Amino acid sequence: MTINTMAKGGWHRDQMSCFRKMEKVIVAMQDPDMGMKMRNQRLLITVIPHAMTGRDIIDWLMKKYNICEEEALHLSGKLVRYGYIYPLKEPRSLVLRPDESPYRFQTPYFWTSTRWPASELDYAIYLAKKNIRKQGELMEYEKERYSVLHKRINHTWDFVVMQAREQLRASKQRRKADRIVLECQEQAYWLINRPPPGARNVLDMGLERPNNTARVTVNSEYYKNEIETCKRALGRNRVKSSICLEGFVKYSEQYQNHDPIMQGCLPSNPWISDDSAHWTMNLETVPTPTRLRVERWSFSFMELLNDEMGRREFMTYLEKEFSGENLCFWQACEDIKHGESSRIVEKVEEIYRNFLAPGAPRWVNIDSKTMDKTLSGIRHPHRFVMEDAQMHIYFLMKKDSFPRYLKSDLYKNMLARAIVPQETKKSVFPFMRRQRHSSPSPAQVATQATEEGGNAKGAGQAGTNSAAGSNV
Amino acid sequence: MASEKAEMDSLKKECDGLRTQIEAARKAVNDGSMSSAAGSATDVGRVQLKLRKSLKGHLAKIYSMHWATDSRSMVSASQDGKLLVWDTFSGNKMVAVPLKSAWVMSVAFAPSGNLVASGGLDNMCTVYNIKSASPKTLRELDAHTGYLACCRFLSDTEILTASGDTTCCLWDLETGKQKIIFTNHIGDCMSLALSQDERTFVSGACDSLAKLWDLREGTCKQTFSGHTSDINAINFFPSGNAFITGSDDCSCKMYDLRSDQEVIGYQDTSLNAGVTSLALSNSGRLIFAGYDDFNCHIWDSMKGEKVGVLSGHDNRVSCTGVPGDGMGVCTGSWDSFLKLWN
Repeated sequence: MTINTMAKGGWHRDQMSCFRKMEKVIVAMQDPDMGMKMRNQRLLITVIPHAMTGRDIIDWLMKKYNICEEEALHLSGKLVRYGYIYPLKEPRSLVLRPDESPYRFQTPYFWTSTRWPASELDYAIYLAKKNIRKQGELMEYEKERYSVLHKRINHTWDFVVMQAREQLRASKQRRKADRIVLECQEQAYWLINRPPPGARNVLDMGLERPNNTARVTVNSEYYKNEIETCKRALGRNRVKSSICLEGFVKYSEQYQNHDPIMQGCLPSNPWISDDSAHWTMNLETVPTPTRLRVERWSFSFMELLNDEMGRREFMTYLEKEFSGENLCFWQACEDIKHGESSRIVEKVEEIYRNFLAPGAPRWVNIDSKTMDKTLSGIRHPHRFVMEDAQMHIYFLMKKDSFPRYLKSDLYKNMLARAIVPQETKKSVFPFMRRQRHSSPSPAQVATQATEEGGNAKGAGQAGTNSAAGSNV
Repeated sequence: MASEKAEMDSLKKECDGLRTQIEAARKAVNDGSMSSAAGSATDVGRVQLKLRKSLKGHLAKIYSMHWATDSRSMVSASQDGKLLVWDTFSGNKMVAVPLKSAWVMSVAFAPSGNLVASGGLDNMCTVYNIKSASPKTLRELDAHTGYLACCRFLSDTEILTASGDTTCCLWDLETGKQKIIFTNHIGDCMSLALSQDERTFVSGACDSLAKLWDLREGTCKQTFSGHTSDINAINFFPSGNAFITGSDDCSCKMYDLRSDQEVIGYQDTSLNAGVTSLALSNSGRLIFAGYDDFNCHIWDSMKGEKVGVLSGHDNRVSCTGVPGDGMGVCTGSWDSFLKLWN
């Protein structure tokens, strides 16, 4: 989540770098040789030069960037919404119609990136001009804004009115066609920068992050805390980079087959095939687990313990070796850590009775130091009172039982029995919907991804079905 | 006054001295670079993900989303004043939670699937029970003095929040009170991520630092610097030994917990938009980072190269998330749509 930020020094970083990209497209469209063919458009009785139809724009984009019509519509829609092209008919409707509707390029003077953020003063002058030119021409919301501005920048109001009059006088001296064009450009600019209520404000940069330097007072107290923290941090054990980095590479390689985004997944990825078989096969409890799942149990002890089925298998193994109480104890401690506060005392007592008391039915083997510490802690039970004992047993299982389990027949048989799902055959649906995909950026010379046959049944249809339980 | 200033100066000097020592200790263990370690790793090639679903339903900017542990449900928050719980497989909206305050900035799903939490400019974190007949407000956690930027459940009884008042806080949901307050940042805390074993968490803040905290003791264990602007997003590498941050300085960085330093940066001169959010694929190899330039760029975490892009949103990508089973990635945007890709 971001809120806009004014970095120190008041420099407002241009976060809308996509403007530069849009401008590149616009410039290419206006190229004298390879750009768009301009026409004269008739607007009532005036002839507007350098105009083009929506259809022309779509066709040009499709040809130039080798994209499909849908994408051309999307791209050209963006150009209109951000004010680089404006419609001549229905100027308030900022959409691109792929028909004979006329459009014009916005002059660079009014490009969103050049004059951003739009200033209140300029807006006031614009509204004043409109007001003077024809009394009552302002729309309701414009009237409201006008009066708000009048209050807010009242001290410069003379300047505003004077500028407005001056600009109106200058425009009267222009040819009618030029005047209309200028008015359209200006109107288009303000429709984007001061959208009417209800219209989406595309230039909305979000909430301003308040100046936060005043929030924390940097005083002696602060430094004393910092020193404590630093001393603690200095004392920590640091491992060599090379070892750590190798660890990361190994991890990502080990899990690559288990990463559906990178390697796909069997029988199929439910998002693609709309078949939830994969999820059914990997439920917490299934008669036979998948092979990938059983493999993961060998990656680390936590992987095994985090999987309910893996835990059950491990428990079976431990019971064969008469050390099942270790896992029971570990699970009981977990239950205290994550359970309700009200039951902590009773759960601690139960653990003591079952696992720690002398002669307990499921006595666990903890070293005397940890046992003493735990027993004294039990007198004032809290959520983490079993922590040390739990850690001790955890490491005991991890170092001893776990490796032996992986070598055991129990595990090996499970691995052999485990399912390797068949890849779902790609069936051809009678209604083939073309998959929507993001084509590679035209700026890059990349090979087009080959279209896969009709698996995208769900792609366009998901959305606004309200389920029975919905309260929308 | 003079003696106070003198005391502060000497404390500052001691502090700076310690920081220099920490830097030296870090340098001492820095005996290898990520590029040499990743040299042998196979190339990922160009990653082209397809848009699989587009979830329409929100009427205003989407600020946050979070997957449920079943990897199928997902909750999203929008400034139209609603939380929507989706069944992403069918695309249906399962639950709609109306919010008291529309200025929501963060949303979270509890691991159990019973609760969701949200908060924002109201400075509160509100927890809802979505399994009851109609969503019921369970708790209103009201003690932060700044906006709520991020929240994450540990269980149905505990929740962690990061706030614009520069603190993070662990709450007890049974009593509705704060258990531990984590203070050390000097800028708004923007995001946090829980470790898998739930004993530590990392936070990123507007002071451009990332910190590792001990959940039990409430202390800051490690501080990581390197960014030059606000850190907006933070996430653990799946092995738990490192985390990735995304910042307004247009870069992402990976920090290693064990060697206590930055190990690689992800930046590109052609990218000059801030990072708003990030998520990792299950193997940790791919980083999906949402940027202000309306795209989500894909990085190879090991080689540090940009390997793909998800374009399709009409406005800033404000949130990204990969579900637990890693089936794909979801992006949410100010254009009010959520898109699923893989």
